[in-house]
Amino acid sequence: MHREDFPMLKSDIIYLDNGATSLKPQCVIAKQVDYYENYSANAHRGDYDISYKVDLEYENVRDLVKEFIGAKRKEEIVFTSGTTDSLNLIVNGFFSNLLEAGDEILITKTEHASNVMPWFRIAGETGAVIKYIPLDDNYFVTMENVKKAITPKTKVISLAEITNVIGDIRPIKEITTYAHERDIFVVVDGAQSIPHLKTNVSDTDIDFLAFSAHKMLGPTGVGVLYAKYELMQNIEPVNLGGGMNESFDSPDKMVLKEIPARLEAGTPNIAGVIGLGEAIRYINKIGMDEISKYEKNLRSYLIEKLVKIPHIDILNLEADSGIVAFNVDGIFSEDVAYYLNKYGICVRAGNHCAKLTKDVVGVTNSVRVSLYFYNTETEIDNLVELLKDKDKILKEMF
Amino acid sequence: MDAEIKREILLENSQNPFHKEEINDAKYIKVNSNNPNCIDNIDLNILIEDGKIKDIKFIGEACAISTASTSIMIKNLIGKTIAEAKTYINNFSNMCNEEAYTEDNLNEALAFQDIYKQNNRKNCALLPYKGIIKALEEYEK
Repeated sequence: MHREDFPMLKSDIIYLDNGATSLKPQCVIAKQVDYYENYSANAHRGDYDISYKVDLEYENVRDLVKEFIGAKRKEEIVFTSGTTDSLNLIVNGFFSNLLEAGDEILITKTEHASNVMPWFRIAGETGAVIKYIPLDDNYFVTMENVKKAITPKTKVISLAEITNVIGDIRPIKEITTYAHERDIFVVVDGAQSIPHLKTNVSDTDIDFLAFSAHKMLGPTGVGVLYAKYELMQNIEPVNLGGGMNESFDSPDKMVLKEIPARLEAGTPNIAGVIGLGEAIRYINKIGMDEISKYEKNLRSYLIEKLVKIPHIDILNLEADSGIVAFNVDGIFSEDVAYYLNKYGICVRAGNHCAKLTKDVVGVTNSVRVSLYFYNTETEIDNLVELLKDKDKILKEMF
Repeated sequence: MDAEIKREILLENSQNPFHKEEINDAKYIKVNSNNPNCIDNIDLNILIEDGKIKDIKFIGEACAISTASTSIMIKNLIGKTIAEAKTYINNFSNMCNEEAYTEDNLNEALAFQDIYKQNNRKNCALLPYKGIIKALEEYEK
């Protein structure tokens, strides 16, 4: 649906790599061009009209994000360069001061690199220990296993709401309630969930949330860090510099601004943030429930067809997001992707930055189809038709 | 070489690669070769004795082009002296990079004659060669 809004869809490609990044609607592109063409000044320096307009537009997006994720205050929203940046800020700016030797950090083996590596490093530096929540037969996180994995030493649980290979939707609210009863922090990697699912941080009560604009129709290079107000105040800035200080006279006399400015040193990605705002308006107009419903149906349509192909092995048959990971028996995933590319179909092959996943799934790489609301049943028909004939793949994969 | 024959060579060598087997022998030089932009990742084990390549085996995961290229490279290199091997490697690289080369001694590797047209696949074909160059450097150290 709404395909006419996307300039990229005027070409012949079939874009099925939305887990990597989404396409951008014309309005998001135009909104950024408008900034560059008509009021291209810096933010927070409202000495003249166009600079003041930048401030208004930029800060307006903070309100939009706040509403979009159901946060309570705009100070709970900090703009970053993306999910990776947000997660690193959470780990290095908050948990680095909190974790002590022996404390346990709870993650899973299906997390993306960005929700693993920062924790690995901080564990090395503080003596904290990484623990993994066991996954069930479908590689899902169950409440039962979360309970089993928590110990009196658990300090933080950090999970993707939807993982980028298995695509399972985690019971975040239930996990958070249980964790908070034990004074455990909950960090959510929302990169794959925010674009596809209604998110309400006040309802789930999570402590931290990280996500990117570019997977939700917005520009690259922009992301969001959400933290509860009192926690945000305790995040140490990793970057110091312009825009985040009140004054500085000597090493022991640096006065920093209040949040969120304190955590946004340097000239921000103004065009990107403004573009993100437009993406949120656009999504709101369509309605997130509408998007989720459409994608769910499309996934069922794809699965129904794929299961009928004997040489296709689906890794995440039972997952309920728009992510479908599979392999063609005896053919390396990248070769399948190269073959599909010859027909203008864009899919991702590889380990998808989730390199621990192989430990549990037993498969090191896969082909991943990730859907968005502008994908269609016709596109899926084309994909399935090409996958049906294994001899054709073998013949044309070089 | 006819396109259909090329395809058959690539298919055969990727589906049934030559010397794709594990070996744990201290006499072998072990090197890894991977492409940073994809997940191709192979380990080569090379046995050099008396200045001659006596044996090469490989394991790992790689696309059909990389796997076929490794298989064919191994067939072509076993039995060659270091000097002969270097000439062969240079010649193959030249072919992939659209530079002057000779068809002599390339044998099945001629199936990669047109690989220069696919810039993103060229590195797949050259993957095992990166590894073997490392191994020869190590041997000569």
